[in-house]
Formats: sequence, structure tokens, C-alpha cells
Amino acid sequence: MAMNNQGRDSTPHAVTVAGEFVTFTGNKALQQEEALIFELDNPGAVGVDLEAPVTTKTRLGGVKTRAGVGLPSLAEPDVVRHYTRLSQKNFAIDTTMYPLGSCTMKHNPRLNEKMARLPGFGDIHPLQPVETVQGALELIDQLAHWLKTLTGMPAIAMSPGAGAHGELCGLMAIHAALDARGESHRRRVLVPESAHGTNPATAAFCGFTVDTIPAEENGRVSVEAVKAKLGDDVACIMLTNPNTCGLFEPQIREIADAVHAAGGYFYCDGANYNAIVGRVRPADLGVDAMHINLHKTFSTPHGGGGPGSGPVVLSDALAPYAPLPFVVHGKDGFTLVEHAKDAGKAQPFGRLKGFHGQMGMFVRALAYILSHGADGLRQVASDAVLNANYVLASLKDVMSASFDGPCMHEALFDDRFLKGTGVTPLDFAKAMIDEGYHPMTMYFPLVVHGALLIEPTETESKQTLDRFIATMRHLTEKAKAGDLAHFQASPRLTPRKRLDETQAARKPVLRWVKPAA
Amino acid sequence: MTIRFTQDHEWIKLDGDVATVGITDYAQQALGDVVFVEVPEAGRELTKGKDAAVVESVKAASEVYAPVDGTVVEGNAAVADEPSLVNTDPEGAGWFFKMKIKDMAQFEALLDEAAYKSFIAGL
Amino acid sequence: MRYLPLTETDRSAMLATIGVDSVDALFRDVPEQARLKGPIAGLSDHMGELAVERHLSRLAAKNTTASTVPFFIGGGAYKHHVPASVDQLLLRGEFLTSYTPYQPEVTQGTLQYLFEFQTQVALLTGMDVANASMYDGATGTAEAVLMAARINKRNKVILSGGLHPHYRSVVETTCGVMGMDIRAQAPDWKNAEDLSALIDGETACIVVQTPSLFGHLRDFTALCEAAHAKGALVIVVVTEVVSLGLLTPPGEMGADIVVCEGQSIGNGLNFGGPYVGLFATRDKYVRQMPGRLCGQTVDADGKRGFVLTLSTREQHIRREKATSNICTNSGLCALAFTIHLSLLGEQGLTQLAQVNHANAVTLADKLEAVKGVKLVNDGFFNEFTVKLPKKAAKVVSKLAERGILAGVPVSRFYPDMEGLEDLLLVASTEVNSLEDMDALVRGLEEVL
Repeated sequence: MAMNNQGRDSTPHAVTVAGEFVTFTGNKALQQEEALIFELDNPGAVGVDLEAPVTTKTRLGGVKTRAGVGLPSLAEPDVVRHYTRLSQKNFAIDTTMYPLGSCTMKHNPRLNEKMARLPGFGDIHPLQPVETVQGALELIDQLAHWLKTLTGMPAIAMSPGAGAHGELCGLMAIHAALDARGESHRRRVLVPESAHGTNPATAAFCGFTVDTIPAEENGRVSVEAVKAKLGDDVACIMLTNPNTCGLFEPQIREIADAVHAAGGYFYCDGANYNAIVGRVRPADLGVDAMHINLHKTFSTPHGGGGPGSGPVVLSDALAPYAPLPFVVHGKDGFTLVEHAKDAGKAQPFGRLKGFHGQMGMFVRALAYILSHGADGLRQVASDAVLNANYVLASLKDVMSASFDGPCMHEALFDDRFLKGTGVTPLDFAKAMIDEGYHPMTMYFPLVVHGALLIEPTETESKQTLDRFIATMRHLTEKAKAGDLAHFQASPRLTPRKRLDETQAARKPVLRWVKPAA
Repeated sequence: MTIRFTQDHEWIKLDGDVATVGITDYAQQALGDVVFVEVPEAGRELTKGKDAAVVESVKAASEVYAPVDGTVVEGNAAVADEPSLVNTDPEGAGWFFKMKIKDMAQFEALLDEAAYKSFIAGL
Repeated sequence: MRYLPLTETDRSAMLATIGVDSVDALFRDVPEQARLKGPIAGLSDHMGELAVERHLSRLAAKNTTASTVPFFIGGGAYKHHVPASVDQLLLRGEFLTSYTPYQPEVTQGTLQYLFEFQTQVALLTGMDVANASMYDGATGTAEAVLMAARINKRNKVILSGGLHPHYRSVVETTCGVMGMDIRAQAPDWKNAEDLSALIDGETACIVVQTPSLFGHLRDFTALCEAAHAKGALVIVVVTEVVSLGLLTPPGEMGADIVVCEGQSIGNGLNFGGPYVGLFATRDKYVRQMPGRLCGQTVDADGKRGFVLTLSTREQHIRREKATSNICTNSGLCALAFTIHLSLLGEQGLTQLAQVNHANAVTLADKLEAVKGVKLVNDGFFNEFTVKLPKKAAKVVSKLAERGILAGVPVSRFYPDMEGLEDLLLVASTEVNSLEDMDALVRGLEEVL
């Protein structure tokens, strides 16, 4: 035979090693420790190859130049490795179920990314002559048409940069409409206590005062509670529907009518629109203004905290006050109205953002919308609600559901099921991390104690939900069995264990500073 | 030395004609680790029930209200510098400010220790 | 439907578990008259990838893309080359499909790059501390004005005539509704305004820009001294952040708040958004800052880690008393900025700034030789203003027909304002070749 002397063991050794295994590098195989980019400075290296300046002549008008910036130097491979390693320290929808209530963490289709990167969208300047960007204006117009038709609303403002910015847009339109009616004394805004923090913050930002409406025992807002607060100084109500408890407000029509009868407007926070898209038109609920988080319902990626996009649909009463700029379709194609003098009869309240809105997000949202179509979007709402109710039904015997079902797109639990265990909602959530799940939203909404808000979204399969439910049941059992230490020590398998937020806030270190030599 | 309490969990201790104000042990426990304190400057006029100081933990922010009308004599620089004093010694070194009381009747009308204790027992 | 994993079998089984016979039963709280019985009429049904690509590609093809023509448009958004690795890294799902890092143990990646971003912004602007981004430069400027008013509790705001008109409008709109007294100055195309004379004891802040809308470069050291002497704050705006690779940073001039549009580094033109607002200030004002902040701390084992911090300023805790209502910001655009700036490094950024200036100087020299064209600026970075013998908007239109995107007519921002209709803003960055510049010169010679 021809001997191959390079043979080697191909079955694992039956060896056990006592004691904790600590590596020399601090790395744990796929889990790499990574320094700050500033600490990786490699003086003399450069990550780009630029051409030499064509002239050394300067025309700086006498202003001074700077000595240096203090940036680190790295070649491309080191930069790529650094950020790739950082990425590996994140949970994401691509890698795990992310049931973060109120955030709608659904699958982000990559077709949308590909479309947004077409040079015809990604490489055009906002101040090009309009005749050279007709396709871009047409795309904005098409997306606007879809959003108006889906909501049943006659008008839309496309420029707001995110949900909270959309709220600002809606409230400023209300402000302008009230001023135009000669009712500038209307400055009180009704906000249910279950509202997102952005609602009262936005109202205050607009110079309104906030008046809180208490929630009913069943997690809803009652028409009586609203009526008790109405008066001729009320500007509007800001109501999230479905609300932050994951419930549809059954008296919404009566509430809208009562607010309108009292001379106020109805601002709807559309953060939870995913539950009803294609099945219910907000116009049929009496809404005057509603923002749509394209990064929630229409699946533009959350990107670790943005960018988002928050177009606002408007009723006829508010439409004239929509901000600049906006697209109109004239006989010579599409034009962009950038100045009040070109706005015809409209009286735009001003401008909210530089240029024309989040175009990159518009392309992604339209790709998503066209992919689903009217039939698919209806199915989105149906499956989102079905998934949430399935989780609720499968967990309500071991976890404490805050309200009777059915719920809409998210299921709300509270911490009663942890009573006596010593385990807090935070501990419970951290234990989920070691099991490979991103936690649900905790301690929000404020109307129940120790809230745990689960939003599975429609893009999770039944198999995934069944594994999730089994994990939640297991953890619940473990908590009730008294294994408090397990929860308090969680998470243990992440690159970092629980972080000291007290130290971070008491002695803030908000940037790297070069250590003294 | 007389001590009184408010239902907003401030304590106020009278020593001669100057009163010291802080937040109660119950309040600091509810807040958690205090990370930031802002105290009023000397000379500021305070109105009963209105903002006088700010106290923050990592996930909560609260205003400390003036328990009575009066004028600030001194803000506690030590607690602004080392907010953890509010947790470790809320009714001692963790005081917020000293004030001259305008109307003693307002002071007398506040809760005494027994009344405050039974108030928090009912929460 | 390719994005929906539930099968009909799954749906039936799940309905049985829930104990209802149809999904419609789950919508029982919706008022009867608002429940739609089928898909909304007048809209198309679902499409495959190929059909969607065809539809959108057709729209994209109707636009003139910057890379395919001689391109000189700036005015607050700049065409730069972004290295290929930036976008490849952005597309990593762990960045792209992650949420705001509220759970620090599973988002150290996002938190660490935000900490790096904050440091880079502080270094670039010459300031102490920066936040984790705003929507864009314009909204950041409005937030800076509100912050200044919170700090000195004053109400009057002076806006330089060199400030980008969109920034001015956003300030007028969002701060105006708060009842602030906003004094916007006339367009300062001649670089002649003296703002120090306008500052008084009621002035909350003064907002200036360098390079200005018209490309002028200014040193604000004396202005900062004059403002501080009267208790007013100075907000310096930078819309072309590459200029900070060459010019004295606002922090060294004494600025209190610096706001930049960060698009130029790492981010494409994208027809105006999404972009990324950079926001930096002094340590003493950090608690009055809007937006998220990432801070360094340690974990239970004492290892360095990062968390969002000083959150009590924000809407989710402070509600109506928050410093701002901002929630979602520009996280991924901030990442693009951070990666591109890391690739550039100290040497690359300096050189990029030099190349930009050199190209602009070369173009200015060439345009000054064209009959009837007058350069307005004494100094500039990569953008300047020229006065034409004809209406700039008409000239730009005619050049666009010839396949040249020549710049921004000032009348696009200030329509009907006398004396401005002949002014054209022209930008030149590293993407412009000498051939591009010659094409512009020839084009101008033809249409003037």
C-alpha cells in the first residue's frame, strides 16, 4: 500500500478539563473582544487612496487652517474587520426573533435595499432641476397615493423624518388650523396615560399643555372619560389605535365624534398601524391626522435606531396646512412646491426638514408595498394579529395576561405571575437573552405594573412561535420553582454581562480621550 | 428641632429660623440609585408646591417641590457633587437645600412623623 | 406571499388554539362599519421580485444620476465618493435589522460604534461632547436653538443671512410655534453682515454658518466673544463637513453648539434623505442636549462596555418635560459616517479636504476666465458663488439640456428676491475631473 503519513484523529477525544476555561486573548472563539477604533491606530496606514490635489494654490480668504483632527489611521482590512466584529455583538431580526412590543420588528426584505441603491434613486441630488428627477417625484407621488388610499385620507405630508417628527407635523397642522379659525386659545391636548412618551413630548414641543386621560380597568379609553375633559380650550386628542396595550379602542368612533363636536381634532398615533393595515381605514374612524412609521408597518430597516420616516395623512380640514415641500402633478409632469407663494390656496405651516423627506425610505417602503399589494397587506394585518393572539392564548395560563383577549398585534402581560419569586420583569427579560431571544418591551405601557409587551409580527413562522412559547413556559416554570439566582445572574453568555448604568449616569464618559503619553 | 413631611415625600426640619429640606428614605428607595441632583441657588424665592430641585435615577426623573413658601439660604453642593448621598443618607448628609420659611403656619400644617408613616403604609 | 411564513394549515391550527373560527373574530372591537370585507379597491395585488424590480427600475431610469454627468450641485448636500466597504458593512443584518440599543448586552456592536461616532464628531468640531445623531442638519439646528433658549432662558434668535435657507425655515417653523422671536437676516451673498451689533441682553443665541450658503469662510472668534459678553450663545452650522478636514473647527472659535450635516461622509445624495445631523456642545451643557447619548461603563465582571445614558432628558422618561421629542434618529447613517471617517483617517481626511479645495480653486480660475462670469467670493472651500450676466435658473436649465448639472441658482431658495436671480452656487468635489470642469466652461460659453 501507499502509506499516507498525514492521517489524523477524526473522532473527538473523550477528555474533560476541570475548572473555568479562560483564554489568553480574552476572545471566546467566534466571540471576539474588540478595542475602540482609536485604540487600533496604526500611524502611517491609510484606508483610502486619493489622488494628489491638482493644485497647491489656495483661496481661503485669509481664514486659518487647522493643525490636525486626532483621528486614528488604519488600512481597509483593519477597518472592515473592526466593524464586522462589532456587528457580531448585536441581536437583529436577521438572527433572532425580536418581539419588542410597539416596535414592529418584522423581516426587512433585501429587495428593498437593492432598489434604494439603484443609482437613479441613490445618486440624485435634491436640488437638481426638477426635469432631471421626474422619476423620483413620480415615486413619491405613487407612495403618497398608496398611503392615502390605504388610510382613506385625502392628503399627506411626506417630509417628516420619523414617527415623533410626524407627530410634530400633525400637531403643527392642527395649530395652524386653529389659528386660521381664530381659535388660538385652544391649547390643551388630551393624551391617555398609556401613550408613547413622544406624544406628550411633541405636544409640549408645539407649545400645547398636556392633560392626561386615565385608562379604564379594561385598558381602553372610554368616551365618558374623554367627554369629562373636553372644553373649548381643547385643541385635539392624541390617541394611539390600536393602543399601547395592544387593544383596539372600541369606542373610537364615539370619541372622535365627541372631540369633533367640541371643536377639537383627532390625532391618531399610527405606531401600531401594522395591526389594521389593509383591513381598517383610519378615515373611517374619524381621524384628522395620523403618522405612519415607514420603519414599522412598511418594513424599512430600523438600522440600530434609524433612519426612519414618518409621513402624515391628513383630513380635508387639515390638508391646507401641510408643510413644504410637496409634489404636484401638473400638465408638464411632476413639480415640487418649495415656497408658500407657489402653494395656490394652501397655507403651508412652514418646513420641517431640509430638502424633501426620506427618499431612501420611500423607495424601500414602495418596494415593500408593491410586493404585498392590497391583498398581501391585508394578510399582513391578519397574520400579525393571529400571531399575537396565538402567543397570548399559549401563555396566558402561566403568565398573567393584563387584559382579556383578543388582542391586536401585540400581547400584554404584567408581573403578577412573578409575584413572590423575587424575579423582576428585567431579570426575566435578561434570562431570555441567554436562551437566544431579544426581550420583549418591558415596563411600558405604564398603565400596568411590570409590563411585558410581546409583538411577534407577521413574519414569524408557527415553528418559531412554538419554540418561543416553549422557552417562555420553561422560564416561567424556572422562576416559579425559585431559581432566583439564575435570573439575577442573567445574561451570562453574552459578550458583556449586565452593565452598570448607575456608574454611566453618575460619571458620564461620552467619548474616548487620548490617554496621556 | 421639629420635623415635618409632605405627601410628595419631602422632609423639612426646622432649626432656629432655618429649615432643611430633603427627600425621604421611602422616596429614595422608590427612585433607585440616584445619579443626578440639581439644587437651587441661595436667594431663590420658592413657592409651596412648585419646583425647587431635581432628582434623577437612571430611569426616573422627579422634581422636588418646595414644602412651604420661603427663600433659599443654601443649596447642598455636596449632594450635587455626590448624588449617591441621597441613597446612603437621605435624611442626613443627603439634604437638598436650606430655606427661610415665610409663613410658619404652612410648616405647622404639614404631616408629622406619625402621620407620614401611616400615609406611606397606605400606599 | 414570500414574506409571510404562515401556511393555511398553520392558520387553522392557531385559530383552534385561540378558540375562534376566523381571524375576523379577532377584530371584533373594530366598529362594524369600519371593517373592510376584502382588499382595498383600486390598488394592485402582490407582485414577485422581478415585477417590482421592473417597476422601480423604470422610475429610476427617468432620473439623471449625478455620476453620469459633469456635476457641480451642492447647496447643503454634496456628491462625494463613498468607499465600497462602507455600504457592504451597512448591509450586515446585525447592523441593518437591529433596533435602538435599549438592551445593552445584545447591542454592544451598535453602542460601541455610537461611542466612536460621538468621539469622531467631537474631534471634528473641536467640541467636548456629541450626541448619537439627529435627523439632519436642519432639524439639528432647530434643536440647538431650543437648547440655547433652555440654557439662558431667553427668547430672541438671530439667524445669519449666510445660513442655509432650509435651516432657516425649519428654525422659523419649529421654534416659531414655541413663540420665539426669530430675526432672520437678509441673504448675505456679499459676506458683509456684522451680527455682533444685533446682540443684546435678550438674545438667546445667534446662528451662523461656515462655509456659508454662498461659500464664504468666516472666523467667528470675535463674534463668540461679543455674544458671550452679553450672555448669548453661538451656534455654528457646517453643511459641508469635509471642510473640517482643512479649516479651523468651530470649537476653537468659541462656539457653544455646533451642528453639521454629516451626509458628505459615508452617505449618498439619496435625493435629500436620509441624512445625519451631527450635534456637539460643551460639557457644561450636556444635560440640556437633545437626542440619545452613549456612555462608557463596566459590566458585572468589570469589563468595559457601553450603554445609552442620561436618558432622563428624553421623551420616554421625561414625557412633556423632555429636552426634545426625538426618538428614532439616524443610526445607520451615523454608522456610514463612522466607517467612512475611519477609512479616511487623519491623513485621508486632510487629503480629501485638500483635493476638494484644489478642485474648487481650479474651477473658479477657469470660470473667472469666462466672459461675463464674476466670482463673488474672496475665500471658499469647495463651493462658491458666481454672478452671471443672465438669470441663473435659465442658465442651469439650458445646461441641464446639454447634460451638465451646473449648480444651484440662488433663486431656487429665494425666488423673486431682487438682486439674487443672477447668482449661481457652484460646488466642486473630488469627483470632478478636469474634463468635467472644461465641459462646464464650454457649456457656459455657449449659453451666456
